Amino acid sequence: MDINIFTVFILAVFVGVEIITKVPPTLHTPLMSGSNAISGIAIVGAIISTKVGGELGTWLGFTAVILATVNVVGGFMVTDRMLKMFKKK
Amino acid sequence: MINLESMLYVFSSVLFIIGIKRLSHPKTARSGNFIASLGMLIAIITTLVSNSTVNLELIAVGIVIGSVIGAFFAIRVEMTQMPQMVAIFNGFGGIASALIAAAEFLNPSEPLLSFSIATISLSVFVGTLTFTGSFIAFGKLQGFISGQPIVFLGQQLLNAIIGISILGLSIYITLDPEQINIFYLIIAASAIIGIGLTIPIGGADMPVVISLLNSYSGIAATSTGFVLNNNALIISGALVGASGLILTNIMCKGMNRSLANVIFGAVGLEQTTGSDGESKQINVKSYSTEEAAMIFDAAEKIIVVPGYGLAVAQAQHAVREVAEFLAKKGKKVLYAIHPVAGRMPGHMNVLLAEANIPYDQLKDLDEVNNEFEDCDVALVLGANDVVNPAARHDSSSPIYGMPILDVDKSRTVIINKRTMNTGFAGVQNELFGYDNSIMVFGDAKDMLQKLLKDLKEL
Repeated sequence: MDINIFTVFILAVFVGVEIITKVPPTLHTPLMSGSNAISGIAIVGAIISTKVGGELGTWLGFTAVILATVNVVGGFMVTDRMLKMFKKK
Repeated sequence: MINLESMLYVFSSVLFIIGIKRLSHPKTARSGNFIASLGMLIAIITTLVSNSTVNLELIAVGIVIGSVIGAFFAIRVEMTQMPQMVAIFNGFGGIASALIAAAEFLNPSEPLLSFSIATISLSVFVGTLTFTGSFIAFGKLQGFISGQPIVFLGQQLLNAIIGISILGLSIYITLDPEQINIFYLIIAASAIIGIGLTIPIGGADMPVVISLLNSYSGIAATSTGFVLNNNALIISGALVGASGLILTNIMCKGMNRSLANVIFGAVGLEQTTGSDGESKQINVKSYSTEEAAMIFDAAEKIIVVPGYGLAVAQAQHAVREVAEFLAKKGKKVLYAIHPVAGRMPGHMNVLLAEANIPYDQLKDLDEVNNEFEDCDVALVLGANDVVNPAARHDSSSPIYGMPILDVDKSRTVIINKRTMNTGFAGVQNELFGYDNSIMVFGDAKDMLQKLLKDLKEL
């Protein structure tokens, strides 16, 4: 195992905990839908896997591209729709 | 080229972090979401440019189909249905990660190392579990599946056996990667355990389940990142995983329960098995909206406590109209939001924001609890367990120790409910029988509209 990617992972967890604890309860739903969109980063892996040799791999990758795109597009759009509604008096 | 590719992935990860950081305030949140989406665009373009052998037409078709579906849901979804939408999207994210890992296993681009096979197994396991679990959660929220916990004898034993089998099979396949059938067996068992772990959880515990599944979808992305050796996936997955876990923890604290108790406790079941006969009889005072209007007219400070019942009745606009009318008459109106009100973290805040209620009037538990002492009227709308004083003093109550909103400290508590049914925890609320409590029965929206009319006629 490459120790570097493990280091990246551990540091990312700490950064995540640090910034997410600062999100106020008011914004917890947008946080969930927004982080949902970010977990659509799987699209990167999906794109790469369409080139993996063999029919089956390509079709699995294609299905993953669709699902991850739903996540990315739907997630960011609905988060924006919600955040637009938060107004101060 | 390799270096530029890695640099761009780092850059998009930085944009994700900045994006989430800006979610720390409603003023900057919208730009944060935009910055994060920019990070995603950069990551996608980087991937397309640096992998010249990918099937571009196929990807374009996939992206178009996915965008249409995603945009359709994002535009059409009602704010009351946000928990369902997040649940189903978690499922999509999870299964996407599982499919990528499966593609890598079935058609590896290079011979697989043991470490890769182990992470592939993890990815497939978490991704598939997230997928089936999210669909059960979706079904419960949407009403396809009963919101009651579904339990049977030996359920936990069965889950434990499946869980151990998955671990055993994963070790087996790491040692002998030629066994494709074992791989399919892992997928099937992961799908079953996703269902098995979600069906015993009751509707009121959904905020915890959704947060947890959110976290799983992040973990699935991270382990896929380990499979593909891709930092963007590892970092983003870790952020999402951390976010889900923090929210899970906040929800559990909001109910004073451990995560294990939520997952295995099947709380809410007592309701159906019936111990209702034993509960103490309480005498309540029932008022009409006209009588309630007079109490509001005399009040100076009013705190509204919304619960899931308000969402069900779609009464968020009606409550804003009443509150605005009262505010115009010079009264102070606040909203008290309990962390587990609604079906997902922050659900009430979004519903009230949708009804144009300014976010600075929405107060969370810690901010608002000392406000009740000099409050004239606390208006409880479709909330029950989160205002039950038994949580403070009755150690035999199932909700004992749960932090509650101290509405009973107000001069008058006006409680709107449809019927005298118990809350999700299946306990009768002693608050309803208190001397300073008044019940106004009816659907929240109807009641508020009548109340507004009566207030105007005073």
